[in-house]
Amino acid sequence: MIVSVIFYLFAAVLIGAAVGMITSRNPVHAALFLVLAFFNSAAIWLLLEAEFLAIVLVLVYVGAVMVLFLFVVMMLDVNLAAMREGFTRYAPLGAVIAAIVVIEIFHVVWLKRQGLPFFDTPVPHPPGYSNTEALGAILYTDYVYPFELAAVILLVAIVAAISLTMRRREGLKQQNISRQVQVRREDRVRLVKMDAERDE
Amino acid sequence: MIGLSHYLLLAGILFSLSVAGIFLNRKNVILLLMCIELMLLAVNFNFIAFSRYLDDMAGQVFVFFILTVAAAEAAIGLAILVVLFRTRRSINVEELDTMRG
Repeated sequence: MIVSVIFYLFAAVLIGAAVGMITSRNPVHAALFLVLAFFNSAAIWLLLEAEFLAIVLVLVYVGAVMVLFLFVVMMLDVNLAAMREGFTRYAPLGAVIAAIVVIEIFHVVWLKRQGLPFFDTPVPHPPGYSNTEALGAILYTDYVYPFELAAVILLVAIVAAISLTMRRREGLKQQNISRQVQVRREDRVRLVKMDAERDE
Repeated sequence: MIGLSHYLLLAGILFSLSVAGIFLNRKNVILLLMCIELMLLAVNFNFIAFSRYLDDMAGQVFVFFILTVAAAEAAIGLAILVVLFRTRRSINVEELDTMRG
């Protein structure tokens, strides 16, 4: 009972946040609605006993990716009025396609679900069960090569993002470390021999 | 009682909302990227729901990898967006037709 109430509450807020995201005029509002959607998803994932991934969703998505989005949205000076042109022209088409997708999925997962054994509610895990431990036990053994590949993908993302956004500007003063280290005393210091001057 | 169907239907609604979002905001690259993030979230919902109801941890491992790839995709996408804005002073999809033949 309490699970149903929690599920419907978070699901309603989640769908409301998604609707708010796709219809909001301001990209900043859209990003904040998406943050709300991620938080509610994390709560529903907790209901599904995927605790580690729920926390990862909040930490990585809300903490890093959405902050990056907000950063870019606020950094770019976007002409919002031009972006909104034709907003309503394709709205009916989008609504129709969304409705078709929802009706099809409803048909498959709701009306045609009889007879499948795994749709029963699973037994909750016992107290002391660690989702993180179970995930780690399988991630570092069976899935160790995909795990390393994921690390490589992240490295590629770092290199790509930096190399894309780095630019050389003309007339920018910067240090040349190797020349700075190579410099010797003779290059910089000149000893001049001259007669001492007298005050007349 | 909440069953697997509830979670799958919720994920389906979320996915179709993000599809509709791509139709609505088809000019703004930032919002398109956000809609893709929402789509990936809906897919992750399915993975986690099935992982719970089939009692198989592999689904959660897949969600882990999807989150990784989605984070990389967001980083590279936003980097491309910044470069695009720097050169064109615009992120309107309709103005990005330099390669049109």
